[in-house]
Amino acid sequence: MFSRAYKAAVTLPPLVWVAAFLLTPYLLMFSYSFWSVSPAQTIVHSWSLGNYSELARVDVYWQTLLRSMWIAARVTIFSLLLGYPLAYFLSFYGGKKKDLLYQLVIIPLWVSYLVRAYAWKTILGSDGVLNTLLQYVHATKHPLEFLLYSPFAVVLTLTHIYTPFAFLPIYAALEHIPRNLVEASHDLGASPGQTFWKIIFPLSIPGVIAGATFAFVLSLGDFLAPLLLGGPSGIMISNIVVSLFGAAYNWPLGAAISFCMLLLVVSLLFFSERLEKKWSYA
Amino acid sequence: MELRVSKAKVSEYPAWLIFHTVAVFAFLYLPIAVLILYSFNGEGVGGFPPHHLTLDWYRTLFADGPIWDAVLNSLYVALAAVAIALGFGVPAALALERAQFPGKTIFRRLVLLPLILPGIITGLSLLMLFNILGVKLSLLTIVLGHGTALISVATTEVFAGLQKLDRAQEEASLDLGANYWQTFWRVTVPNLKLPIIGAALLIFTLSMDEIAVSFFLIGRDNTLPLEIWGRLRRGITPEINAVSTIIFLFSLVAIVFWYRLRVRGEAGAEAGAEIVTALEGDLA
Repeated sequence: MFSRAYKAAVTLPPLVWVAAFLLTPYLLMFSYSFWSVSPAQTIVHSWSLGNYSELARVDVYWQTLLRSMWIAARVTIFSLLLGYPLAYFLSFYGGKKKDLLYQLVIIPLWVSYLVRAYAWKTILGSDGVLNTLLQYVHATKHPLEFLLYSPFAVVLTLTHIYTPFAFLPIYAALEHIPRNLVEASHDLGASPGQTFWKIIFPLSIPGVIAGATFAFVLSLGDFLAPLLLGGPSGIMISNIVVSLFGAAYNWPLGAAISFCMLLLVVSLLFFSERLEKKWSYA
Repeated sequence: MELRVSKAKVSEYPAWLIFHTVAVFAFLYLPIAVLILYSFNGEGVGGFPPHHLTLDWYRTLFADGPIWDAVLNSLYVALAAVAIALGFGVPAALALERAQFPGKTIFRRLVLLPLILPGIITGLSLLMLFNILGVKLSLLTIVLGHGTALISVATTEVFAGLQKLDRAQEEASLDLGANYWQTFWRVTVPNLKLPIIGAALLIFTLSMDEIAVSFFLIGRDNTLPLEIWGRLRRGITPEINAVSTIIFLFSLVAIVFWYRLRVRGEAGAEAGAEIVTALEGDLA
């Protein structure tokens, strides 16, 4: 029913725009990763694998990447541990207040990411809210220094930010479980624990995979929380990229790291998509 | 039957579950509560208990020119980003649903990528593009970055709406002599009102809050998050809490407005989940 002209009119503008402002920049980043910087601080447009071999050779790069993945993994685990039971409670026992409670989980998402990271900084600092509270009630004599400028602070803050992202797909998956399956399981004599582990949990796995992917991928490339709360021991891979594009002035090396991150994220998305399909019953 | 079952179940859940739920809500709201409370604290951003409750930080804030310039810049960027993202995202959804074209799969994946990809990658790759083209960084480069990165929000929302849409209406309009242009504006768009408004609100919010892409594309004029970022590095006062509190209140109004709209559109329960639709990117 739609003419060729109609199809061309809706296809071409977005296609051209996306080619110009997404595809070209990503390809340019890929090209940059093979270039290098001359001693005179200009970009040398000759092609080599030098940047990639440097990444493989210099410990600090892949160690920081591993640390970022470890931080992201912890954020993922904590977000799931916080988000899953919450989603389960809301979906199965939310009753009349379900919609309200659901909105209450969403609302923090509307508070700026930066502002929430900043709020944690004011809570965790050595003269922050938590430390002064602990001293006020005489729980500690001296401020606890490990709270801020540590991987702990980064994991805590990112968990706070990404828990709703883990919650949402899990909640959606739980909401789609036909309730008569659960009732049938009860009626046939399964205990609540059995019903949960044999019926509810397996059916919610696609939601868990989606939630875990969001939490992991979104926290992996973060550079603001580490800058704000991480201190030297909380540096993540994106912070290295930021410095390579700033003071360290080595765009090609930064581009190589970025491209590795891009590959990592895209392959994770690919795997989680396969995994989700494998576990979905629909 | 239904009632009896659900009543019986309410008493069934283990006690730790309600504990856990309360604890998670406390965790989610603690920073927000602290943020708001300390915006009235005369003694600075930390320190327990709060002392000398005052409105001084709000007075400082209202007299603070650079902050309001940044707010205006952010509003300009967000509105322009909404225009770009809708302008290209809505046709993209129509294209994905109705047309076959070479590279469709790549296009679909590419559009979705910036939302899930670390912002730094999109920001830096655009920076390289502008650098090579010799484009000076300004609010305009941020607009291009936000607009492009957020196309997927419009596309996923509208695509989901299109799948529920009855094509017979458009067909009737075309049969009765309306051209495609008229049909688009008088039949397609009114039927997609909710997804379009939802997408616009989300794009607006995400753009107002965006910092990772803006970080690399910023010229002389700051957006609000970048202005706040700059101040955080210089030393912090509750003025930041005050401006955050005000923005939070505006967001709450927007949420309530949006929720009402969705409930009237009988899509209530899923209001607010647009971000997941966009992240999951179901465009097939």
